[in-house]
Amino acid sequence: VKLALTTSGETPEAALDPRFGRAPRFLVIETDTGAFEIVNNQAGVDAAHGAGVQAADELARLGVRGLVTGHCGPKTLSVLTRAGIEVYNTDATTVAAAVEAYRSGTLVAAEPA
Amino acid sequence: VILAVASGKGGTGKTTVAVGLARAAGRRVQLLDCDVEEPNDRLFLEGRRTATRVVSVPVPRVDESACDGCGECGRFCRFHAIVAVKDPPLVFPELCHGCGGCILVCPRGALHEEPRRIGVVEVVDAGDVALVEGRLDVGCALVTPLVRAVKARLEGDRPAILDAPPGRSCAVVETLRGADAALLVTEPTPFGLSDLEQALAVARALGLPSGVVVNRVGIGDDRVQAFCRENAVPVLAELPDDRRIAEAGARGESLLDALPEYRGVFESLLEKATRLAATGGGLS
Repeated sequence: VKLALTTSGETPEAALDPRFGRAPRFLVIETDTGAFEIVNNQAGVDAAHGAGVQAADELARLGVRGLVTGHCGPKTLSVLTRAGIEVYNTDATTVAAAVEAYRSGTLVAAEPA
Repeated sequence: VILAVASGKGGTGKTTVAVGLARAAGRRVQLLDCDVEEPNDRLFLEGRRTATRVVSVPVPRVDESACDGCGECGRFCRFHAIVAVKDPPLVFPELCHGCGGCILVCPRGALHEEPRRIGVVEVVDAGDVALVEGRLDVGCALVTPLVRAVKARLEGDRPAILDAPPGRSCAVVETLRGADAALLVTEPTPFGLSDLEQALAVARALGLPSGVVVNRVGIGDDRVQAFCRENAVPVLAELPDDRRIAEAGARGESLLDALPEYRGVFESLLEKATRLAATGGGLS
């Protein structure tokens, strides 16, 4: 599965950023192979409003099927849901730990209000 | 003449200066409170409300049966107020600036506009001062269109004072645009100086002749005055750090009512600012 995680770093060992729209980067990983790429989210960091909606739009373009992050707001969640992206909230401290939690099936998908 | 009173830092005395100028004019002037998130000029004026207008922006509504999900609307919107990840698009009215672009680019005619209320503009008749106050609805973040609605009440045939929001946001740019001069109120502290530099950069980018009003002189240091000298920005007035000014403000009294001895400072400021506007700052 193509999974996106929010991070301030550039490797799986880096910290998981609990914010979605204003996270500096997304680590997009293919969970079957472990291959990953880093996607810059400067547009979200700089946005006055609507950072989450913009980031959700970007993830939809990337063809991501799941997102693991700390929290995302209601507008963002409705875009992600419309795009068919499952959202999992976690308090894992690193990207690697969050991927592991996803693989172990302990994360619960968020439901739009 | 249109004089805009602005500042980088909040709490430097924009309202005190704007109301003082309007009161010192001695003839009919317009005072436009463009600080629509927390307008307060009205606290210092006594008068009668003569008009209230609701301000709305047009937001798109999707006719789902006509939409084929092409996504043109979402690609056009820079504010992500309409997002087309799958047909039909999602609309977030609170992010929409009401430009109408999505409706123009929709090849299927699947979008139409509906008004969404953002706030009110009220007119208060306070003797020589005709106050126009913009007041943004609680929870609404769309400041700029409301500033535009306030400025639409400019009459043009009489002097106008614009009280800008603090900072250097879009709303400040919208307030300053089209003014004849910018009066930048600051205090002589490191914070005041840092924010003055930013406010001056905005005023200069908009091509406005600018002058500085230093408030609470006596606190801090003299770096603001030195900065003004080095950058050829005239200091148009200085107000001392007078505790009685703060006390009058806290009581909701206009400065010129409470302390008439300051009238001369404001008359002189108005004269200098008007000259600055007329000469485009060329003589400074």
